[in-house]
Amino acid sequence: MATLDSKIPDGTIAEKWNNFKAHQNLVNPANKRKLEILVVGSGLAGAAAAASLGELGFKVKCFCIQDSPRRAHSIAAQGGINAAKNYPNDGDTIYRLFYDTVKGGDYRAREANVYRLAEVSNNIIDQCVAQGVPFAREYGGLLDNRSFGGALVSRTFYARGQTGQQLLLGAYSALNKEISKGSVKMYTRREMLDLVLVDGRARGIITRNTMTGEIERHAGHAVILATGGYGNVFFLSTNAMNSNGSAAWQCYKKGAYFGNPCFVQIHPTCIPVHGDYQSKLTLMSESLRNDGRIWVPKNKEDAQKIQKGELKPTDIKEEDRDYYLERRYPAFGNLTPRDVASRAAKERCDAGYGVGSTGLAVYLDFADAIKRLGKDVIEARYGNLFQMYEKIVDDNPYETPMMIYPAIHYTMGGIWVDYELQTTIPGLFAGGEANFSDHGANRLGASALMQGLADGYFVLPYTVQHYLADQINVPFFKTDTPEFDKAEKDVREKLEKLLSIKGSKTVDSIHKKLGLIMWDHVGMARNKEGLEKAITEIRELRKEFWKEVKVPGSLKGVNVELEKATRVADFLELGELMAIDALDREESCGGHFREEYQTEEGEAMRNDEKFMYVSAWKFKGEDLDPELLKESLNYENIEVKTRNYKEAKS
Amino acid sequence: MNLTLKIWRQAGPNEQGKFVNYPVSDISPDSSFLEMLDILNEQLVEKGEEPVAFDHDCREGICGTCSLYINGRPHGPDTAITTCQLHMRKFKDGDTITIEPWRAKPFPVIRDLIVDRSSFDEIMQAGGFISVDTGGVPDANAIPISKVDADLAMDAAACIGCGACVAACKNASAMLFVSAKVSQFALLPQGKIEAKRRVQKMVAKMDELGFGNCTNTYACEAECPKEIQVTNIARMNREFLVAKLTDRVK
Repeated sequence: MATLDSKIPDGTIAEKWNNFKAHQNLVNPANKRKLEILVVGSGLAGAAAAASLGELGFKVKCFCIQDSPRRAHSIAAQGGINAAKNYPNDGDTIYRLFYDTVKGGDYRAREANVYRLAEVSNNIIDQCVAQGVPFAREYGGLLDNRSFGGALVSRTFYARGQTGQQLLLGAYSALNKEISKGSVKMYTRREMLDLVLVDGRARGIITRNTMTGEIERHAGHAVILATGGYGNVFFLSTNAMNSNGSAAWQCYKKGAYFGNPCFVQIHPTCIPVHGDYQSKLTLMSESLRNDGRIWVPKNKEDAQKIQKGELKPTDIKEEDRDYYLERRYPAFGNLTPRDVASRAAKERCDAGYGVGSTGLAVYLDFADAIKRLGKDVIEARYGNLFQMYEKIVDDNPYETPMMIYPAIHYTMGGIWVDYELQTTIPGLFAGGEANFSDHGANRLGASALMQGLADGYFVLPYTVQHYLADQINVPFFKTDTPEFDKAEKDVREKLEKLLSIKGSKTVDSIHKKLGLIMWDHVGMARNKEGLEKAITEIRELRKEFWKEVKVPGSLKGVNVELEKATRVADFLELGELMAIDALDREESCGGHFREEYQTEEGEAMRNDEKFMYVSAWKFKGEDLDPELLKESLNYENIEVKTRNYKEAKS
Repeated sequence: MNLTLKIWRQAGPNEQGKFVNYPVSDISPDSSFLEMLDILNEQLVEKGEEPVAFDHDCREGICGTCSLYINGRPHGPDTAITTCQLHMRKFKDGDTITIEPWRAKPFPVIRDLIVDRSSFDEIMQAGGFISVDTGGVPDANAIPISKVDADLAMDAAACIGCGACVAACKNASAMLFVSAKVSQFALLPQGKIEAKRRVQKMVAKMDELGFGNCTNTYACEAECPKEIQVTNIARMNREFLVAKLTDRVK
């Protein structure tokens, strides 16, 4: 019987991380040169980890699927990064950031990890400023803050609407510094296709060079997975086109448990879907909810006229507008957490009050803010977002309200890790969105950047070193071993199989079908019947894929369709696990909303007695049911209660 | 909309390339340019032909992956956007649209519309960073920075490294790209410490990689999707000159 050990250090919550560091094993500088680490992914977590480990003296190889590490999807994060600096003197503390994050996650995150995250958050801001990240500043020259959902303080640091870009470029510059010194070797345009185990430990990876088609072997003493989330299982999401879950999925199939796969974040403020040719959804930053007010018409007749194009939003009188977030959640208003705001939008649209030609949209209105602050101030705050909106929708948001609707954005679930961010495979670590650890069932805005950089700069450099301390006598690995031979053979066979099917369905057509199944049944609202249906349909679709998919070209050179096919093959398995997990969790919490478990007012009903655990799924073999292991969650420093965003009391 | 696409096809880095015409029909004016190419590629795959290879990722104008020289302009006919943000409503029914890769010696074509921009990474590795290691840094508010400088640094830092400036320039100059990073750091106190070393190293690498010089046509600024200004080039030239004249390290 497999067990889970989350390896939480002793001491009070505030002492744990210090205790770990005080007692951890270290490697002396001369020995660090003898140890090689493979970092897969070059986003915030990957680039920060690779750079920091390189600085320490380890030999690091870093891999990314993009043509440059600067293009990892962290770059698209807009709004900001949280930290408990309390620069605005508004009552923030490390405890409060910890508290808000655990509460925001609906009490499904591990306390000790979240406390450490809050603790190192301040170091992140210091580090980024030292790297030259141009955060927004006040006229006095000090750093500016703004508010994000789920918090009553202003603790979000930002660089216009491009915070993710600036933080990633900061980590990229640290990475470049190490590349120039030779401590990090960068491999771009590489896709990880398998993990190689030697004697039960993670010792290498198989990659494909997406330009030459070459299958390559890389060995190391440890592997860090920082490959982001799997939101693209839904086909339409705010993720970049190449974001995928395949590297994580291969690790799952090699023995790493998958934590809380059903916890997916649906972001309330995205540009609505407009046609079946659409390839992705665009996020409008949560920061817009600082000044924008969300509403739909109060009267159904008005909504219907708007849908038909007979009325414009500006025709609706103030008293005929329903600012439903302000109405339902007076304390937090438009700044309720994402899961709450998303469900509220869906509720209004399902009830027939939605706007836009499809009726699947709500307004985000800046008229009041423009009246109060002036157009200049709004332009300075959100200019790039307004421009982005205008280019896509062909509407001017300064004059008419934006239309928004929820979309798949982030996956809280991911590879299960212990306190040291080590997976259930010794020597395999996971950081950033790729792991499950810090956000519970719902992530608060501006916390993804915080977690990525916390893992990369301040956690993995310690914990990976701790693991490697007893490996100093293990020589550099060769890749001409039976383990690598087998892994490469398996990869080649899978790719050749995909090329040989020569069916009649394109990869995208199957991916779109999967996306619809996921959105309908494993999306914003789920129920037993729908989830069971989804599982059956995904299994059928998987069969269809392996019988009917059409992948032109060969293994050699650029073959984009082959890349997509390997990812969709994995999504067709991952999607099923998400549905299985959602079916098991008979409660509503955070982003996971089971229609059977709601209050009369339509609020989520958690079941702490039965479900206060992390679901960790173990792979048992192809076409076999996975095994569920439960990590029970203990809250010793927070009183667990029903989330309440109606009142200011915390 | 019905359109004719005249697309550069090239099987590999050392193969001869050529234009191939493809008709596409029933394109929605609200679809993006890359979605229009997706539709073409779906049709090609269905026919068993190899799809057109092009670089793209975030599709919201920030990652800098997409490129494409459309009707003679980097990122196409609109201003201040990347190709992925270009929408078909900017074209007319019946148009013929010419699509080429970036054309510059330091950006060799890999396949079809994909080029190799690793030379940009090499320039950054030569000095596009502040040499601080993780940990042991001062408090973020320890050094106040004037809002004007911080804003100017942010203007320069907005560069997405797409390479449109090089593609637009008749000399294939990378001055706008390099000067954006040099400016960002030169404007901030944290970056001033190694400013002289940085500008010399980055310029030397840029020259070594075969990028041309700036002859002040401002084509780069006109085509930059992030509206990075040529004043950054002027700032880099000043930084470079001062560094050459006053650097105590020879």
